[in-house]
Parts: sequence; structure tokens; C-alpha cells
Amino acid sequence: MTSSQVVLVVAVFLASSVEMVEALTIVVAAGVSRGWRSALEGVAAALVLLGILVAALGPVLVKVPLNPLRVVIGGILLVFGLQWLRKAVLRATGYKAPHDEDVIYARTVEEMSQSGEVRAGRDPVGFAVAFKGTFLEGLEVVIVVLTLGATDHDVGLAALAALAAVVLVGLVGVVVARQLAGVPENTMKTAVGLMLVSFGSFWTGEGLGVHWPGSDLAIPVLVGVYGLVVGLLVVSLRRSRVAGGVHAS
Amino acid sequence: MPPETTTQSAEATARGWPLRALRAFGHFWWDFLVGDTPEVTVATLVTLGIVVGLVHWVSSTAAWAVLPVLVAATLTATVLRGRRAS
Repeated sequence: MTSSQVVLVVAVFLASSVEMVEALTIVVAAGVSRGWRSALEGVAAALVLLGILVAALGPVLVKVPLNPLRVVIGGILLVFGLQWLRKAVLRATGYKAPHDEDVIYARTVEEMSQSGEVRAGRDPVGFAVAFKGTFLEGLEVVIVVLTLGATDHDVGLAALAALAAVVLVGLVGVVVARQLAGVPENTMKTAVGLMLVSFGSFWTGEGLGVHWPGSDLAIPVLVGVYGLVVGLLVVSLRRSRVAGGVHAS
Repeated sequence: MPPETTTQSAEATARGWPLRALRAFGHFWWDFLVGDTPEVTVATLVTLGIVVGLVHWVSSTAAWAVLPVLVAATLTATVLRGRRAS
């Protein structure tokens, strides 16, 4: 396995795990408050639709000429990764409230409790909420799998890494039910953001004609460089926050 | 509502779904790539433009050295903007 494939597997696995935790929070809230049958049917419907998307787009992406594909996809990864890192740094330094799965769970349950009585058999509210939660979070996983997989011409490997994350988080979800707040989401998001930005830099560079020193080995170096920048930002923002006495929003 | 009006309304809704789907698709990508951080999208496009220029008119070495610096500068700028907005 090349260094590029190792980083690909780790990035897809972590990104899929983060999105799965978010989806699981919504699905468990729908299942508990509106009944499990409709919630699980919503999940199944969303997974079928996502599977169709991957099956339709995956082979098309692999056939696109490599350099333009690397520039477009690398650009998307750069933007997406920088957005993740921005949120992660602001959360780590207290300038943005942390992503609290317990709060999201409580809010979802409350919203669904106000959506009328639960119908016997199939409940449209529970189905729709579980479907939407799974589909939207899953769509982000699909984008990560297709973009990272296509630029490395290894959609199959990326899909396997995503599947492993889905199965693992699903199993953990069954065991711990809704105790999802314990997942170190911000740390995982930082790691994923670093990898997305590193892959994005590498692929856009390759697509535009940059010859990276060490070829694929440049990816772990980029991860280290960006990690250092993130570390410096976190330290300096924490210091300025303490010095200025700013409170988290 | 009379049954005829209900049927007409349902037909109109059915006819409008491709437009709604297209709008939702566009909305998703706009949120995904721009959202509340347009500076990241703009800076990324500028970065790619600079890299193209460096590869064509200077050297590949200059391009690979400058690319991570510009990406790191974009991250720093957007984080500082986020701090001011908080």
C-alpha cells in the first residue's frame, strides 16, 4: 500500500466516522421518539439512494481525464478541508461552541414530539427525519469517497474505508445507544480537515503541472506542515482569548 | 378546498419538481462550497491562479513551495475572520 493510499484510507475512514456519528444521533432521536420501524425504513431508503448515486457517479468520474479531474476535485477538497479546519480551530479555542451531540439529540426529540401523535405502523415524520439525516450526512461521505477515490483512481478502496466506518459506528451506536457525546469529534474533524487540505493541495498541484518533491511522500509532509499551522493558530488564539478575557459564543 | 382545485394543485406541484430538485441541488453545492466562508472559496481560486502562473512563467519548484504557504495564509485569514465574528 502506497503512502497516498494509507492517507486516503485514514481520511475516508475518519470523515465517514464523523458524519456517521452525526447521522446516528438524528436516527436514534427519530427511533426513540417516533418508533424504530419508520426510522430504520428512512435509513434504508437513504442508503439505497446513496448507493445509486455512488454506482452512477463512480464509474463516470474514473473515466474523466486525470489532470482536469485533479484540479476540480482538489479545489473542492481544499475548500471543504479549510472549512472543517476553520471550525475545528474555532471550537478548540472556545470561539465557537463545540458540536454537542447530546444537545442535537435533545433538540431533535423535542421537535419531533411537537410533530403530532405517532401513527401506528409507518410514521411519516420519523421516516422523513431519519431519511433526511442519513441522506444529508451520507452525501458528504459520498463526496469524500468519490473525490478522494477518483483522484487516486481507487474508488473501491475509499468505499471500503467508508463502509468500515459505517459498520463500526453503527455497531458502537447499537451498544452505546445515544451516548455519542463522548466521541472526540473535534479532534477527528481536525485530522480529517488536515488530510482533505493536504490531498487538495497535492492533487490541485499535480493537476496544474507541479512536480512535488518525493511524489506521493509529499502528502504526509503537507499533513505535518498544515498540522503545525493549525497547532500554532490554536495556541495563539487560546493565548489571545485568555489575555482578552473573551467568552465562548 | 374543492376536489378539482386540489387535483390542479397536486398536478402543478408534480410539474414543478424538476425545478425544485435543480434549485435544491444548486443550493446544496452553494452551501457546501461557499456558505458563510466565501473568503475561503475566493482565496482558493486566487491560489490556483497564482500556481498556474508560477508553473507556466517561473518554475514548478516555486509553485510547490508557494502553494502550501498560500493555503496556510487562507486558513489563518478565515480563522481570524471567524474569531472577529464570534
